[in-house]
Amino acid sequence: MMSLFNMTAVELGKKIKAGEVTVVDACKAALEQIKATEKELNCYVQVLEEAQIMERAREVQEQIDAGVLTGPLAGVPVAIKDNMCTEGITTTCSSKILYNFKPTFSSEAVINLEKEGAVILGKTNMDEFAMGSTTETSYFGETKNPWNTQHVPGGSSGGSAAAVAAGECFYALGSDTGGSIRQPASFCGIVGMKPTYGTVSRYGLIAYGSSLDQIGPMTKDVTDCAAVLEAIASYDSKDSTSFKREDYDFMSALVDDVKGLKIGIPKDYFAKGLDGEVKEAVLGAVKKLEEKGAIVEEFDLHMVPYAIPAYYVIASAEASSNLSRFDGVKYGYRADEFEGLHNMYKKTRSEGFGPEVKRRIMLGSFVLSSGYYDAYYLKALRTKALIKKEFDQAFEKYDIIIGPAAPTTAPKLGDSLSDPLKMYLGDIYTISVNLAGLPGISVPCGRDQNGLPIGVQMIADCFKEKTLIQAAYSYEQARGPFDICPAQKGAK
Amino acid sequence: MSKHYETVIGLEVHVELATKTKIFCSCSTEFGGAPNTHTCPVCTGMPGSLPVLNKQVVEYAMAVGLATNCTITQNCKFDRKNYFYPDNPQNYQISQLYLPICRDGHVDIEVEGKKKSIRIHEIHMEEDAGKLIHDPITDCSLVDFNRSGVPLIEIVSEPDMRSAEEVIAYLEKLRLIIQYLGASDCKLQEGSMRADVNLSVREYGSEEFGTRTEMKNLNSFKAIARAIEGETERQIDLLEDGKQVVQETRRWDDEEEYSYPMRSKEDAQDYRYFPDPDLVPVIISDEWLNEVKERQPELRDEKMIRYKEEFGLPEYDIEILTASKHLADLFEETNAMVEKPKEVSNWLMGETMRLVKESEMDVDDITFSPKHLAKLIEMVDDGAINRKVAKQVFEEIFKKDVEPESYVEENGLKSMNDEGALRTTIEEIVAKNPQSVEDYRAGKKKAIGFLVGQTMRATQGKADPGMVNKILKEILG
Amino acid sequence: MANIITDETIDYVGILAKLELSSEEKEQAKKDMANMLDYIDMLNELDTDGVEPMSHVFPVHNVFREDVVVNGDVRDEMLKNAPEEKDGSFMVPKTVD
Repeated sequence: MMSLFNMTAVELGKKIKAGEVTVVDACKAALEQIKATEKELNCYVQVLEEAQIMERAREVQEQIDAGVLTGPLAGVPVAIKDNMCTEGITTTCSSKILYNFKPTFSSEAVINLEKEGAVILGKTNMDEFAMGSTTETSYFGETKNPWNTQHVPGGSSGGSAAAVAAGECFYALGSDTGGSIRQPASFCGIVGMKPTYGTVSRYGLIAYGSSLDQIGPMTKDVTDCAAVLEAIASYDSKDSTSFKREDYDFMSALVDDVKGLKIGIPKDYFAKGLDGEVKEAVLGAVKKLEEKGAIVEEFDLHMVPYAIPAYYVIASAEASSNLSRFDGVKYGYRADEFEGLHNMYKKTRSEGFGPEVKRRIMLGSFVLSSGYYDAYYLKALRTKALIKKEFDQAFEKYDIIIGPAAPTTAPKLGDSLSDPLKMYLGDIYTISVNLAGLPGISVPCGRDQNGLPIGVQMIADCFKEKTLIQAAYSYEQARGPFDICPAQKGAK
Repeated sequence: MSKHYETVIGLEVHVELATKTKIFCSCSTEFGGAPNTHTCPVCTGMPGSLPVLNKQVVEYAMAVGLATNCTITQNCKFDRKNYFYPDNPQNYQISQLYLPICRDGHVDIEVEGKKKSIRIHEIHMEEDAGKLIHDPITDCSLVDFNRSGVPLIEIVSEPDMRSAEEVIAYLEKLRLIIQYLGASDCKLQEGSMRADVNLSVREYGSEEFGTRTEMKNLNSFKAIARAIEGETERQIDLLEDGKQVVQETRRWDDEEEYSYPMRSKEDAQDYRYFPDPDLVPVIISDEWLNEVKERQPELRDEKMIRYKEEFGLPEYDIEILTASKHLADLFEETNAMVEKPKEVSNWLMGETMRLVKESEMDVDDITFSPKHLAKLIEMVDDGAINRKVAKQVFEEIFKKDVEPESYVEENGLKSMNDEGALRTTIEEIVAKNPQSVEDYRAGKKKAIGFLVGQTMRATQGKADPGMVNKILKEILG
Repeated sequence: MANIITDETIDYVGILAKLELSSEEKEQAKKDMANMLDYIDMLNELDTDGVEPMSHVFPVHNVFREDVVVNGDVRDEMLKNAPEEKDGSFMVPKTVD
């Protein structure tokens, strides 16, 4: 059988529609790659039973043949981050506390994909409850970077990023609260986008920081990214923070033209702490766009350093409340031995949550507790307002802002967890985007001397995904094909 | 008791709103389904579920606020109140702390002829909790989320009340206002109205408040009165003994007539309120506010004036009829069909209230249809039945809401209105009772009573007594 | 270290968050929290006087649902996830009242 796994999702979709490849073949190819590399990489918490996948594949094939499904993603196999509910399919958030939880409904983004004829392969690994930047805090073991298995894939959507890079799926969904799509995309050499807050429904996404969480595409290229965004974005009356937009035709922005595009380069994104090779690669990407006619200018974004403390206050506070429902009463893990109700709560939660989750719940409970609310929580919300204002001002001058997605390439396994604060600092370029609700995309722009990928991050004003897609697509065209991940080659 | 104390009381009144669906999901609020059958991912706190606000809840809350002279917060929002308890599926309750929908209102009460204004600090919207039932077999608790997410408003008064009488007058007043608005049925026994009593004592003349306790589990006016008395006594005893009142939440045991502390050490009362990121602010425009204002139904005070002007009813009638929105509705609907206000009022105040009392029920639980009472009144009016029969039929209407016309027909209760036939009957009776005829003609006018009685017996009570009298007088000359 | 987290604070937060930490975890948590708070205190460099706290990034408001019953009964599916259930209800250790 011909090797399909290094095709993009849209390419594969075309072949399926043309009758050159069947949906079953596409799924088989993905499963074959999973068989080859999953044991080493651990991208998935759960790969569905082959029979279940094939049954769905045949059903989708029928609908394609009948002309019911005509979209670009019809029949293309996908992986879903394990914090999105999937009806009847275990959804764990990579936590012991939800080890056996089977949702009674699917998240809106997943339903939207299924309507487009997606075939779900499985649920991808992540940092427990999306708290982490390395996918090492998963209860189900760490995921490894397919470019170099000594390194982390990034996180929290590390399983999705690694699965896409390794060809264990054709595209994936991730979620991004402080960089959880863009940073692992950068570390794994794929495209990852966090849409404007409110663009993709959060219904069915198991919340970490509700005011920051957003589901987004993790794909092999920008074309796939636009196609997936077009499929998952929708106004959803079940999500009060969902935003009714007029432009859902994101693929129309796949235009190779940046003439006159005003690009702002925040000096603060290139200050100390940024790895030299990353800096060079990102500025190289900027240069490519400049050569194509974009206008580049440096500017100050002084609020950058304050984004991290503000984020950790807000996200931890929301998380402490969001995660209180995991109590051993309605679903998931319950401690075996306990004495009375409150002891049951404590035992269940202490045994069910990992250290990083506990750390953030404790911090979040503290900053909301009596006497600290104003000093910490309100202060953080005020800081958020200032950050938003600074971005608003920047977007009066620029169409997009470009910087790195992360200060370094993927760190080695085990290097990050020992110093949480240091790990948090790695989110410095991504976090403010979540606080301001902006769309951001990471596109591969080079590799360091160890062969690890580097991503360039582009940020646009709210609801300007099309500008972002056009810029990213234009850059991608100028860059040419990105290197193929060794994990994919290995399967050949 | 060496000193004189005064009791200072403030109330937190929870009222379940009469919406069809819950506050944040489309589940039914209907009472009494099998456990957990009126639930969904939202009201059971399933991961990934999100709340969406029921507009009707906001409108009811606004209506109550307007009727209690509150200022409506035109930019209000929801906050999360965080605490762990199994009846609270998310382990936070969505409520309002920072910007409640109504503030600074008041209602006026009258106790023993003295008028007083009770200030309302705020009214906020929130979700109800589920129900916990103790299972004696396993010695565990069972959680039913059918009530979880039912919309509530909490009406928080200022500590303006000084006696159980004032508290009950205040509650009665609130209940009437809310019933009139149709925002809730406000039944204490069923829990659609619940009052928590914040109570402290202080020496007369003291400016400062004493330490207060909060009492829960009060489900009747009588229990509230007893709890106020009991808790006042307990606090005074403590102070008299030189001890201190501890600020805490206590549970009133109406059997024991004593309150007990509720919380364990495992509960810190630190709710870590913060704005719910899953819900967006509610902005009430002047337009919307005016719309709700214009839609406000007639409240009791207005109704009382109208009943006097429009129907010319006596004040006593008006007082009773309007003391329950349900009774007033029955009155108006019935009267709309027969246009005999005093007659309708008489039926409601007389027979209806007699039967309500007899069956030990609440006025609000009357179930008969106004059209049946209207029909009954018409039938009496037309002489189709006499008053005695009418009372008998009304009892059936009251109990089983029977249709009076067919009931009368089926049971052969119709008045004998055929004058010819009745005359024949009477003539027979007159012929059989010469003694009475003689007595009557001799001037013993009372003798006619016996003949009327005989006629009624012969017609099984269906004859119209007026007509019988008339015919008899004609025959006897 | 500017912030010092006491045992009492950690115990108190543990009660609020329903987490029970071993003594080792507790020491670590004290250190971690103090570190984070020191870092967060950096926000005090910012003059935020007169800045309105921002909960939502967009001025979206008045998102409502009409008062119409839509949901059916999904009890049995839902209860399959319950660690313990009885008589159509979730079963928990005895509550105080």
